[in-house]
Amino acid sequence: MPVVQVKNLSKIFGKNSKKATRLLDEGLSKDEILKKTGNTVGVNRASFDVEEGEIFVIMGLSGSGKSTLVRLVNRLIEPTEGSVLIDGKDLAAMDSKSLREVRREKLSMVFQRFGLFPHRTVLENAEFGLEIQGMDKEERKKKAQKSLELVGLGDYVNQYPGQLSGGMQQRVGLARALANDPEVLLMDEAFSALDPLIRKEMQDELLELQESMKKTILFITHDLDEALRIGDRIALMKDGRIVQIGTPEEILVNPANDYVEKFVQDVDRSKVLTAENIMKRPETVDIEKHGPRTALERMRKEGLSSIYVTDAKRRLYGYVTADDVSDATKEEVKDLKSILRTEVPKVDKTTSMHEIFNIIHDTPVPIAVMEDEKLVGIIVRGAVIAALAGNEVNINGIDS
Amino acid sequence: MELIPKLPVAEWISDATDWLTDTFEFLFDFVKNDFGDFIEFFAESLLMQIPIWLFIAVVAVLAFFVSKKRIGLPVFVIFGLWFIQNQELWEELMNTFTLVIFASLISVIIGVPFGIWMAKNKFVETILTPVLDFMQTMPAFVYLIPAVAFFSIGMVPGVFASVIFATPPTVRFTNLGIRQVSHELIEASDAFGTTGAQKLFKVQLPMAKKTIMAGINQTVMLALSMVVIASMIGAKGLGQTVITGLQRADVGTGFVAGLGIVILAIIIDRFTQNLNTQRGDQS
Repeated sequence: MPVVQVKNLSKIFGKNSKKATRLLDEGLSKDEILKKTGNTVGVNRASFDVEEGEIFVIMGLSGSGKSTLVRLVNRLIEPTEGSVLIDGKDLAAMDSKSLREVRREKLSMVFQRFGLFPHRTVLENAEFGLEIQGMDKEERKKKAQKSLELVGLGDYVNQYPGQLSGGMQQRVGLARALANDPEVLLMDEAFSALDPLIRKEMQDELLELQESMKKTILFITHDLDEALRIGDRIALMKDGRIVQIGTPEEILVNPANDYVEKFVQDVDRSKVLTAENIMKRPETVDIEKHGPRTALERMRKEGLSSIYVTDAKRRLYGYVTADDVSDATKEEVKDLKSILRTEVPKVDKTTSMHEIFNIIHDTPVPIAVMEDEKLVGIIVRGAVIAALAGNEVNINGIDS
Repeated sequence: MELIPKLPVAEWISDATDWLTDTFEFLFDFVKNDFGDFIEFFAESLLMQIPIWLFIAVVAVLAFFVSKKRIGLPVFVIFGLWFIQNQELWEELMNTFTLVIFASLISVIIGVPFGIWMAKNKFVETILTPVLDFMQTMPAFVYLIPAVAFFSIGMVPGVFASVIFATPPTVRFTNLGIRQVSHELIEASDAFGTTGAQKLFKVQLPMAKKTIMAGINQTVMLALSMVVIASMIGAKGLGQTVITGLQRADVGTGFVAGLGIVILAIIIDRFTQNLNTQRGDQS
């Protein structure tokens, strides 16, 4: 069961939200509703599930309702309609006591401007959630300390937040959230206030922590690069509505509509796409069955100057070039082994395009894409360039 | 204009005051007698029993630490207090000090909870704001009249009038301080599942401390400014000497007693201001 289930969630700000809700049913846009009723649509019928252990990113520009949405998830804002289920329990139906319990035990939040208490030391800040739960002083100190060490601030426990840099402050924010050992981590533009270098560092660190923590993370951002970098799945929001949910690849490759397409146009695709996305099905010859004549035949048919050689199980042996094969046929050689070239440019299928650049630059043959020692595809120079230009990309390694 | 005769507002107020005086006589008597005795005990049997040199020394040492080990305030304390005792105004000073202490304490005890209530409840704020305006702008002399009606003359009505006059800043600043706590911190607090009380004591009040202390400082100063006025209804202290000077057209006496009040004011102000530091401040 998904840890967080959001169903048909809406938030309309202002009085007389009923009329605005009706207009939403009629399919009016956010602007039209504002004009007609004076109500602002914060979130419009959002539905999504967040599975255990995944980083689910909600991405949208300012005013798209993403910050409202995350606050609806822990009910800092009361929803107008719809429901939020945490572990299958409806948040909206809870009285304030059970809501507090859920917030204490299951949800922790990290804030854009850190939300640290300036009158508390770093340690006391990290302790906050545990203190609220009424945990014994020694125990909560120990846990907070451990949590601070996790984010690399073990030596700063007695400092005050005002004495730390932005990046360090957000680490405290993260440590405070983690000290509770929550099931779900809500991160509201957590890295947006940091400068780009620190932001990247924090993203890396979050991913690294996530490797071992396996928390369910709901991450809000306005930065598509950030979303693509850390998200297992991404929901794109516009005007309070979720326009597309998918993995980073799906969103880049199959934008659901013009809006998403426009959005992803400027993304540096080389950082997101992997070898798998741009490889083609390889033409091969079987080292056991085929001789130079078959190889030559195939190359001629496909217009290739070289061809990869595998066995029946697609284990890669090397490649042969058209010149060598043509010489071999003249000399009546029956076997490919003698002319096999084994210096193959190989990459794993998860290699990012960024790295492929460097390899493809000075290799005469297509790059072999491998998975578990098996050849699953090849990459030709043209495919890389095409992918960067934003077209002819396929998701599953099958030609489009 | 002639259609409506003069409304007997003054009569109403007088009647209401009379009614209050009669109805709550037991309460007023209790306050007048027991609280009055306690104030007197505090001033005469405690403060005045301390040897003057010891009193000055203790205050000077406190001043030294309160002002973060700077020398200015302690020196001022020693010279100022020495001057007052030199002018044979020590007992008056102790009485005035007592009046200020009690009036301020009561003001804070009443003011802070009202300030919190005001911050938490929009409706209460709407009601209290004009009441506070009224309390502060009504000429302070007016409070002396019901004060005398309730408590006759002496220290107690002086404290009463001072409390009415001096409470508003504490209420206002408490309200302001709590409302100034940033929205994100309130959200952070809520997001971690705080109860209302936890939020108040762990986040709002600590964060508002500086502003509240500024309000308390104002309250103390206002209480001190009531000293002369309160002495018109028999509150003992430096104010009485000022009044005496006024009645006898004796500039010298009035001025010296006035100087005593100024010295006391400066010492109290520096003490309360220096106590107003917040953890985690950048300085």
